[in-house]
Amino acid sequence: MSAVLASEPFLERAPLELRDAVVQLLPAPAQWLGHHLITILAVVLGFSLFFAFTTVAERKLLGRLQNRLGPNRAGVPKFSILPFHLRHKLFGLSQPFADAIKALTKEDIVPAAADKLLHFLAPVVVVAFSLMTFAVLPVGRHLVPVELDAALLYFFAAGCASELALFMAGWSSRNKYSLLAAMRALAQLISYELPLILSVVPIVLVTGTLSTVAIVQSQGVWSFGLLPHWFVFTPWGFAGFIIFLIATLAETNRSPFDLPEAESELVAGHLTEYSGFKYALFFMAEYFGMTALSGLGVTLFLGGWQAPAPFLEFIPSYLWFMGKLVGMLVFFIWIRGTLLRLRIDQLTRLSWQFLVPLALLNVGNAAFWSLTAHWSGPLNLVRWAIALALVVTPFLLLGRTLSAGFAPRTYRYAS
Amino acid sequence: MNPSGNSCGSFPAASPFAPVAGPIVRSVTDPFHGDLLEVSMGPQHPSTHGVFRMVATLDGEQIVKLKPVFGYLHRNHEKIAENTSYLASMPYTDRLDYLCSLSTNWAYAFAAEKLLGQPVPDRAQYLRIILAEMTRLVNHSCLVGFLFNDLGTSFTPLLYAFREREKIIDLFESLTGSRMMCNYQRFGGCRVDPTPEWLEAARKLVENFPRFLDEYERMLTGNEIMLARTQGIGRVNAAQAINAGLTGPVLRASGVDYDLRKVDAYGFYGRMDFRVPLGDHGDTYDRYMIRILEMRESVKILAQAFRDLPAGPIMDPKAKQRGHRPKAGEAYGRIEGPKGEIGFHLISDGSPNPYRYRVRPPSLINLTLLEDMCLGHTLADSVVILGSIDIVLGEVDR
Amino acid sequence: MLGTGILNGLAVTAKNFLGSFHDPARLVTVEYPEQHIPVPEAYRNFPFLVSESADDPMGTLRCVSCLTCEKECPPQCIVIVRSKDKKPDATGKAQFYPTVFNIDTSVCMGCQICVEVCPFDSIKMDKVFEITATNRFTELLLNREQLAKSNAYYHQIHPVEAAEVDGRLAAERLAAEEKAKAAAAAKAAAAAAKPAAPAAPAVPAPQTPPPATP
Repeated sequence: MSAVLASEPFLERAPLELRDAVVQLLPAPAQWLGHHLITILAVVLGFSLFFAFTTVAERKLLGRLQNRLGPNRAGVPKFSILPFHLRHKLFGLSQPFADAIKALTKEDIVPAAADKLLHFLAPVVVVAFSLMTFAVLPVGRHLVPVELDAALLYFFAAGCASELALFMAGWSSRNKYSLLAAMRALAQLISYELPLILSVVPIVLVTGTLSTVAIVQSQGVWSFGLLPHWFVFTPWGFAGFIIFLIATLAETNRSPFDLPEAESELVAGHLTEYSGFKYALFFMAEYFGMTALSGLGVTLFLGGWQAPAPFLEFIPSYLWFMGKLVGMLVFFIWIRGTLLRLRIDQLTRLSWQFLVPLALLNVGNAAFWSLTAHWSGPLNLVRWAIALALVVTPFLLLGRTLSAGFAPRTYRYAS
Repeated sequence: MNPSGNSCGSFPAASPFAPVAGPIVRSVTDPFHGDLLEVSMGPQHPSTHGVFRMVATLDGEQIVKLKPVFGYLHRNHEKIAENTSYLASMPYTDRLDYLCSLSTNWAYAFAAEKLLGQPVPDRAQYLRIILAEMTRLVNHSCLVGFLFNDLGTSFTPLLYAFREREKIIDLFESLTGSRMMCNYQRFGGCRVDPTPEWLEAARKLVENFPRFLDEYERMLTGNEIMLARTQGIGRVNAAQAINAGLTGPVLRASGVDYDLRKVDAYGFYGRMDFRVPLGDHGDTYDRYMIRILEMRESVKILAQAFRDLPAGPIMDPKAKQRGHRPKAGEAYGRIEGPKGEIGFHLISDGSPNPYRYRVRPPSLINLTLLEDMCLGHTLADSVVILGSIDIVLGEVDR
Repeated sequence: MLGTGILNGLAVTAKNFLGSFHDPARLVTVEYPEQHIPVPEAYRNFPFLVSESADDPMGTLRCVSCLTCEKECPPQCIVIVRSKDKKPDATGKAQFYPTVFNIDTSVCMGCQICVEVCPFDSIKMDKVFEITATNRFTELLLNREQLAKSNAYYHQIHPVEAAEVDGRLAAERLAAEEKAKAAAAAKAAAAAAKPAAPAAPAVPAPQTPPPATP
């Protein structure tokens, strides 16, 4: 490995050392293949495990939010070949594995009228595309599966294909609820892809690169050795981050934008006619999508794998990335435990009348920020004030028009 | 509307639709129109509150026609009651509106007492008010929880509501022996006398209830999504509401001042000091808020009832416990149940069984305006509107 | 401002999240098979028949098969067949007894009407709610052997109510004894007045009340 790596602390280079040690065992012509296969395996297995524990964390957190305990029953299974049975419930942590076994052993029901090929293909496509997005996420200082110059473009291209898979699922099921859900999924895709990408444009504008690795590296600066220069701590970065969060929720069909799956209206939306492991695949893809977009959010706005302060750099970079990722996911779960669902017309209106204009203005704001990068001293304060005003004023004005006509009411009593 | 009258299957390709009255955007002569989509929601659907069924005809997501279908939970309640004694119908009334058995019990006892000419002692009257108002708290808190579930929350408000409801239901259990099927009222009084400890526990619980309401309102009443989803949705004006015979919070949300607790002042409600909240818009938000405000008024009534509860018997000593044979005649007893006017019409021919037994179910009658409320709104709204009407299928289908 | 309502909501759920770790008023979950909520005294589910002694439940059933519960039962789930002969009951009177007493618990709705109308305090509500059966046609139809439970058990599950019932029964028994004594005395007096008259029939010995141990 390179000299740069050799100078790193052991924990930082441990994953790569491990990979190289395995690759060395292979015959020389297969080393290239082994190198990549190990990377793929690491991403797939790592994020699958992460997904498994995200589901149990989500259910536990939601449970606590709702004053329940959450799943706490699935424990150590009894193996008949073993002479003893470890009776421990493991705090319900083996729940996802129990769920997986359940999903695998359930009957796979395909409606008679369904388009069988598409019905089968949809869950495969959705998982494949949502896994592909992980390729460009810099998980650690040296842990990037694929270093692409146009990583951001690749990410969005791969990411938005998963919504098409939802449409496939909804259309092929030949179910009216599924069809409505498919339509909603498409409307949502078209509406929210735009603010999602527009919220990222300022970063590209300021850093001048589409590479995720370079974007993270450009955030590795600290003021006074303490305040990190993450983009979320700039006015335009903060606004972009909020827009990104909202659009992420919509892109991944999470509450309050879970319209395609709207349980109370469309039974299970596009998943109505899916059962068993195909259902589990959709579930998996939803969490992969959420994790990948959160990872992108961490990379772009929250400094990626960078430590928040220089003296905390002894903690390996991939742990910082994972910590921030978990933080984002917890926030999403918190949102899910609190908010109610929008209607489809309100959903699209929120995008076109609120998020898109804000995101466009935010691009201008970022342009102003990068043009005034040389302002210092009192001028720096002016720069902050102008940038803040460029965020707050349109938010207030657009927010007022968006919520016009809706207000809490006062009530009269019969005399 | 649908000339074939066939609502179960999908429409034949050539089935023409007559233009439907109401806020419909498109006429079917539009050359660009696609097929309308008929969606049968229910009887197995997560949001139809049981086995209710709505056959919605959709233009995109917009409802152009909605046909409520009920009867999937029909249990022959009225006919059974005509074939058993007066007393034996009492436990069946628990199963009408299974969230509010104590109110329904009271309505039935009220009708039978009218028929029998049976007086009720003071303590029992107060106990009836206490239990009916606690039932109102149970029902309304459940309703707002379910309404938010229909609006798409992941059970959080519902579980908060259930948490509080559970505390009241536990009290019901320790008094009457059953959590929901209380079977508590009798002709001429009540079945069991609460102990002082029970009354103290109930008083404390009711005292703390507004804190839950405050938290609940803080969480949701001002929520922008909630406002956008409910304001202006499912409007019913006062004339429509009166014509359809709506009662209860749904009627009062349309601004009609009609509360049987004030109008009839049955029981000892004449002695209670409380106000009747009225809405001005008649939309889903008003229906939600009226319930919240009614809960606050119920807490006031309960505080007064606990304060004034007299000592004494809970049952008229001269009252017959069984084998009632009212003189030939008829009586209609009605009370303001949590869902609206719940009434029982009894006709006696002097035999031990009622000659005719008829329930006036508020849920069913409030449901009659469902189509008018839903027309022009989207499928997602229809679920919310249904939730805001507050139905219990046990009562709708009987 | 747009968003304040949402932030308020988030604050409330966060409060509940934290509250669920320390506030027992918020975390109300009971982990059922391991933890139980004690059922209140008034709790009811299915009826049982009270017998005076646990050793001879069939011989000491309080039920005199008056058929009141059978008539009043709303879902008509009780079937009683009255005996041909009579046996002395708790108060010492010769009474009929049920040769068949069946309750179909798949029909019973646990409304307690039978308990209320029973003039002999012989049918009471049970509290056992963990019931399972593998055949609903045979196992849910309970006969009198399955229904009979001792008075001691009744005291165990409804202590306050059972004490009151026992008190009332004891008073009745006392009154019956006194009445019998008075009748015997009157008879004796009459016999003394008319020595030619035949001797009064023997009064059946009153049963000793079972020990009222909860």
